[in-house]
Amino acid sequence: MEQAASDPERQLQPAPLEPLGFSDPGLEAAVGEEAERSREEGTGDGMMTENNFWLKKIEISVSEAEKRTGRNAMNMQETYTAYLIETRSVEHIDGQSVLTDSLWRRYSEFELLRSYLLVYYPHIVVPPLPEKRAEFVWHKLSADNMDPDFVERRRIGLENFLLRVASHPILCKDKIFYLFLTQEGNWKETVNETGFQLKADSRLKALNATFRVKNPDKRFTELKHYSDELQSVISHLLRVRARVADRLYGVYKVHGNYGRVFSEWSAIEKEMGDGLQSAGHHMDVYASSIDDILEDEEHYADQLKEYLFYAEALRAVCRKHELMQYDLEMAAQDLASKKQQCEELATGTVRTFSLKGMTTKLFGQETPEQREARIKVLEEQINEGEQQLKSKNLEGREFVKNAWADIERFKEQKNHDLKEALISYAVMQISMCKKGIQVWTNAKECFSKM
Amino acid sequence: MGTLGGAGLAAAAGPARTLGMEGERRASLPHSSGLPAGGAGGESPGGTAPLSGSSGSSALLQAEVLDLDEDEDDLEVFSKDASLMDMNSFSPVMPTSPLSMINQVKFEDEPDLKDLFITVDEPESHVTTIETFITYRIITKTTRGEFDSSEFEVRRRYQDFLWLKGKLEEAHPTLIIPPLPEKFIVKGMVERFNDDFIETRRKALHKFLNRIADHPTLTFNEDFKVFLTAQAWELSSHKKHGPGLLSRMGQTVRAVASSMRGVKNRPEEFMDMNNFIETFSQKINLIDKISQRIYKEEREYFDEMKEYGPIHILWSASEEDLVDTLKGVASCIDRCCKATEKQMSGVSEALLPVVHEYVLYSEMLMGVMKRRDQIQAELDSKVEALNYRKADTDLLTEEIGKLEDKVECANNALKADWERWKQNMQNDIKSAFTDMAEENIHYYEQCLATWESFLTSQTDLHFEEASEDKS
Repeated sequence: MEQAASDPERQLQPAPLEPLGFSDPGLEAAVGEEAERSREEGTGDGMMTENNFWLKKIEISVSEAEKRTGRNAMNMQETYTAYLIETRSVEHIDGQSVLTDSLWRRYSEFELLRSYLLVYYPHIVVPPLPEKRAEFVWHKLSADNMDPDFVERRRIGLENFLLRVASHPILCKDKIFYLFLTQEGNWKETVNETGFQLKADSRLKALNATFRVKNPDKRFTELKHYSDELQSVISHLLRVRARVADRLYGVYKVHGNYGRVFSEWSAIEKEMGDGLQSAGHHMDVYASSIDDILEDEEHYADQLKEYLFYAEALRAVCRKHELMQYDLEMAAQDLASKKQQCEELATGTVRTFSLKGMTTKLFGQETPEQREARIKVLEEQINEGEQQLKSKNLEGREFVKNAWADIERFKEQKNHDLKEALISYAVMQISMCKKGIQVWTNAKECFSKM
Repeated sequence: MGTLGGAGLAAAAGPARTLGMEGERRASLPHSSGLPAGGAGGESPGGTAPLSGSSGSSALLQAEVLDLDEDEDDLEVFSKDASLMDMNSFSPVMPTSPLSMINQVKFEDEPDLKDLFITVDEPESHVTTIETFITYRIITKTTRGEFDSSEFEVRRRYQDFLWLKGKLEEAHPTLIIPPLPEKFIVKGMVERFNDDFIETRRKALHKFLNRIADHPTLTFNEDFKVFLTAQAWELSSHKKHGPGLLSRMGQTVRAVASSMRGVKNRPEEFMDMNNFIETFSQKINLIDKISQRIYKEEREYFDEMKEYGPIHILWSASEEDLVDTLKGVASCIDRCCKATEKQMSGVSEALLPVVHEYVLYSEMLMGVMKRRDQIQAELDSKVEALNYRKADTDLLTEEIGKLEDKVECANNALKADWERWKQNMQNDIKSAFTDMAEENIHYYEQCLATWESFLTSQTDLHFEEASEDKS
């Protein structure tokens, strides 16, 4: 298993639950019932063999959501939703699972976990969280965070997030993640104690800042371009899908009016009455069938949304690389200029402008001792600089290697998941068509009996 | 048409609506979508869905209903209430005797008895200094002896049709004259003569003439014959013969006053008829609005869908491994789009014109009821006069005798025509809705085939890839 970059502070590993190197491709990944319901087959099935060893031992599920009230940092009352996370360990002898941990977390804690992971694993495409606020709504869906449908879909999204992290070969070993699942109280303090916020490069947040990188890595440039395209096309698709859903809803629901009017009409008809009445009933069935249909489609939209947010995670990796490259180039530049300064001092020629040089000229030459001292300082700095450059280079190469490995892993996951999502969309359409055929066949029969 | 109130039908309808005894059905309760779980042969969706969704959806349905009622503007229509315009109770033409009428009750689906074939086509625009108008070509083919020739071709404009309708109503005040398409529609008309409008009108005019041709009494009307055969100048001169406008206006005023009296003494069966007409009119109007609304929603759905497919193609440009899948989805969506278009066109042919015709028919019917009431009112006022000895008794008695005959004829004519009309209405409504259902079935079948073939192609590939991985 590949480790994170060589910074020793970053190696926060849990005491492993199982010896590393465990692999048993024959054992199916044990996934919780809730997890199975979420269309999360990507991490659930045996496809990723060596990556599943964590999942094999534990099941994670976000099984409940609850409204809570409490006091926030400013001592004001607030309402929020808490989610129950249950972890079960699977006895691999008989497949039975035992509940080992269960605790409640709110969305902001998930956000904290993710921010931490972003800082400590900059070369990893960190799984995204479900959206904070409902976007791409069509008219029926409430944009309210307290709306039960929204909460339910978020519950599934959060579970999906945890499963993604747990099935990631590197992220799953992180101690903070482990504590997130197991240590309810004090977890926040523990995370903050890692000092990750300080480590976070504030430049990463400055989205608009561009860094002139002289030798950009072509692959990363292409990746960034790809992530922009992915984001743009999925947003567009989700927007249009929402509009289509809205229209379809209208078509189905207006048919419900037939039901009411047919029923009223049937009251005055002798021979036609029964046919009208029963046809009306089928119109009602038709009208109400759209609710379930669109509910299912919402899950499909959520699958696409996950990859919309993944695009952001991809961009973050590119950005980190860009910054590293920039720092490297800056360090090299700095080293070069120091070397030149040193040379000038040694040979006495002034090729570059320096304030010291000017003041020396104005206020008199420095003594040979002073010059020696300066050369010595510079030589030290140059040494240091060369060391740093070496380690930065190494860091850079490690980063690229690790990042690219994770990106390949991500690509495979993405292709698999998106394909499955598209196929599931086709399945939904088929089901909708079958329902439609049935209802209209029934209605036709009633009409023909009038 | 099936037994009434039978257990089988009750099961189909569900307890939310009751089936009463023969001929008697309760008007439905405020609409609820709370269907019994698992009832009605399993068509209702899974147990809790209709109930949990119902509070939202029935509110929406209520809103939809309200929408429709307020949406009067959509189909605001200026159609003449002919009963006030051309009504002439002193028609010189004696209606056919009731007996012969009953024997001639004929349904429209007996084409072998047809001896008069009419088509309306080729709309043409005519521009004069005063106005612009459209004429339609009318071709008549007949084997009837009373026609001078076996084939006629004439051109008529909408005004001419109006004239014909007026004459028919004059001659047969208590027959159910087929309705004419509206003169014009206020909302949504940018140009008075756009192609869709003309085509819809043409079809309706065609229907109008054919319905007259199929009517056992109206088909022999002299004005009808003139309409079909006379050249333009002949028709103009023929039109001028007839009760003057002024005398008609005078009668109109009296008519309005007397119709109220006619309502009081209306016989039971006509009360029932009137109640039917009122309810029918209400319901068919709602159905018309609903159908138009559905068409509108489908159109908007279609417009959005057109944009939906191409996005997947766009996406496939940046995804090497998903190209086939994405293109497949795009192609399915596009095909379903085409199927939607076809369905819309089918339903607008099969359903909308029929429903709309019956909206106009329901207005006609109310006019017919009024005219019958007026005829009766005349009799009643004479009878009243006799009772109070207001005028010469002998003269009155004679007049009353004539009027009694007149009333009896009018009532019988209406009764017979009413039965005929109801039968036709049932057939027309039944086939219109059956066709609509068929269009929808066909639409879903097409879409199903499209998606199923996509799915097969994907899962075949899936198996191929999976087996490649394993090997």
